Amino acid sequence: MSDGSESCPLSVDEGATVQLSHGSGGVMMHRLLEQVIFPALGDDPAAARHDSAVLAASDGRRAFTTDSYVVRPRFFPGGDIGSLAVHGSVNDLAMCGARPRWLSLGLILEEGLPIDELRRILESLRRAADEAGVRIVTGDTKVVDRGKGDGLFINTSGIGVIEHDLDINPGSVRDGDVILLSGDIGRHGIAVMAAREGLAFETTIESDSAPLHKPVLALLEAGLPVHCLRDLTRGGLAAALKELMRDSSLSARIREADIPVEPQVRGACEMLGLDPLHVANEGRMIVVLPPGAADDALEILRSFPVSQNAGSIGQISAGQPGRVVLESVVGTSRMVEMLHGEQLPRIC
Amino acid sequence: MKYLDDYRDAEAVRRLAEAIRSEVSRPWTLMEVCGGQTHSIVRFGLDTLLPAELTLVHGPGCPVCVTPAHLIDAAITISRRPEVILCSFGDMLRVPGSKGDLFRAKSGGADVRVVYSPMDALQLAIESPDREVVFFAVGFETTAPANAMAVYQAKARGVTNFSIVCSHVLVPPAMEAVLAAPDNLVQGFLAAGHVCAIMGWEEYFPIIERYHVPIVVTGFEPVDILQGILLCVRQLESGRAEVENQYARWVSREGNLAARNVIHEVFRIIPREWRGIGSIAESGFGLSEAYADFDAARRFSVSDEPEAEDDSGCISGLILQGRRKPEECPHFGTRCTPEHPLGATMVSDEGACAAYYRYRRTERPEEAPA
Repeated sequence: MSDGSESCPLSVDEGATVQLSHGSGGVMMHRLLEQVIFPALGDDPAAARHDSAVLAASDGRRAFTTDSYVVRPRFFPGGDIGSLAVHGSVNDLAMCGARPRWLSLGLILEEGLPIDELRRILESLRRAADEAGVRIVTGDTKVVDRGKGDGLFINTSGIGVIEHDLDINPGSVRDGDVILLSGDIGRHGIAVMAAREGLAFETTIESDSAPLHKPVLALLEAGLPVHCLRDLTRGGLAAALKELMRDSSLSARIREADIPVEPQVRGACEMLGLDPLHVANEGRMIVVLPPGAADDALEILRSFPVSQNAGSIGQISAGQPGRVVLESVVGTSRMVEMLHGEQLPRIC
Repeated sequence: MKYLDDYRDAEAVRRLAEAIRSEVSRPWTLMEVCGGQTHSIVRFGLDTLLPAELTLVHGPGCPVCVTPAHLIDAAITISRRPEVILCSFGDMLRVPGSKGDLFRAKSGGADVRVVYSPMDALQLAIESPDREVVFFAVGFETTAPANAMAVYQAKARGVTNFSIVCSHVLVPPAMEAVLAAPDNLVQGFLAAGHVCAIMGWEEYFPIIERYHVPIVVTGFEPVDILQGILLCVRQLESGRAEVENQYARWVSREGNLAARNVIHEVFRIIPREWRGIGSIAESGFGLSEAYADFDAARRFSVSDEPEAEDDSGCISGLILQGRRKPEECPHFGTRCTPEHPLGATMVSDEGACAAYYRYRRTERPEEAPA
């Protein structure tokens, strides 16, 4: 990793335990992957670093992905754990440029979960799947004792069909490429945090949870030379860019003034001491491609509601591998770093 | 948020930086007192816009940073009791005491919860009559009114299962401690705007009288901070030493009287231990005798007395007094990172070390892995 912190072991303590920060999409989670999970699995971990694995089949390539959903609360403005479980896996497939086709559904239910609530979540999940054009083709249901789960956990795995010949991955990113962002950032993280913690804002902030495969497929159908796609999830725009620059050994320069953040989200971030660059999203992506293709790409992205506010936010350059620099709104520049662990609201 | 944009306006920032450059005729050292200001300066790179003669040093105003290890130890000990729910502001959880932090206590089974307001902790106590809810009351004068109000309400409503670990500190005594140090370099202060919104600015008059330094009450946005610096530089260049108020949109001379009243009802002024700095007389709040029943250390018979200082090699005390910059520490970015902080200035976003790590670190030469 290029964050210079590899000198720190996972934990200095004997008998270390997993902490919440190990799941937050930041430096600590990367360390858990690099030091515990990948080594235990033996194989080249490179394939596991992407949103989906790309598998060769006799009649073309397939994308394969899996993701688990543990969001609390299960219902939040703009979505719920059911729709999220579809959008997350659909987006992971879309980030390989795949057409999402089939999903599996694993349910872990805690004793005591109201059946009515389960029904509502499954209806929402089904609706999201229909909208995304994916079919739930296999599944599994387990029930655990009261107190042994958090009501409901969902796992979905997905398979998509790759209908293009591009290598959409960090290795294809080139010096000079532009970075497009598909819309405003930070809404999902703030919406969930507000619902979980009972924070009231003047207007309700809705999650951006949405499927991204349609604009992606449209870019590919137009024959645009897409070099890389990355959806913004935990860790936000900062983590997505840092991972991309680490894996491509290039650096990025982005412009704060061009990164849209809704006023309510900005207000909440200012109040809580959070940086919108680090806040989670579930329906936003970055598209990296050569500068000559940027205008066409933006026109296509803006023709879909989910990416109607797409814009160019910066550029890739050679330079120090892994570095991401932000030009601030006041004309100075600073480094962008991945969050180290959990986002912690500050004291004052 | 348009209001906020006015204070982040690139043109206004450029004009102010130019005005500062044209007024500075010789070297000056200013201290911004509050960690929120430090964060803003480093995040927006404001110091890179200043002339070379002007040095900004970072002050002690980071509540997480100055909370002593023994109080964190006390909070951890209390959190391990099965009947206790320990509530804290989020950024306190990762600060190391002498043996671990609250995050680890949580992963070891303690019921540790993040709250956004002490009133939420009080509400939790009311809803959980079979548990003891303890709030880790940390902060400067800014958080004191809400913390005092939670205790005041608990008493008024007869809530007996609520208490606080009290670690409140005060800004003016810390500024005096900086000025009184024999090797002090600070010639002017940007005072912490939010603290003054509560306390007003009259308490700075004795400091000016004794030490003849300009004190400018300053906000937190780029335009605020540069205006504060400009006012401070003008005073220094003309030999004046006065209290000026840059942050007039929030701060009045007498502060917030209702907030001050509840503070004085619930708290009394006591000596406090400051992490890395040591004991400072009359520099903190403790619960007054009438509210002593709400003192968690007393309720659970846990010592909240200072013990030996840690020997981790952390120089946060010098950093909090403006006598060293984060990069001057041999452990910065190597042994000490936000993930494994040796000292608290690396933990909170408002700590100078964490701000430098986050925004500046890769500008330094690459370090060899340890």
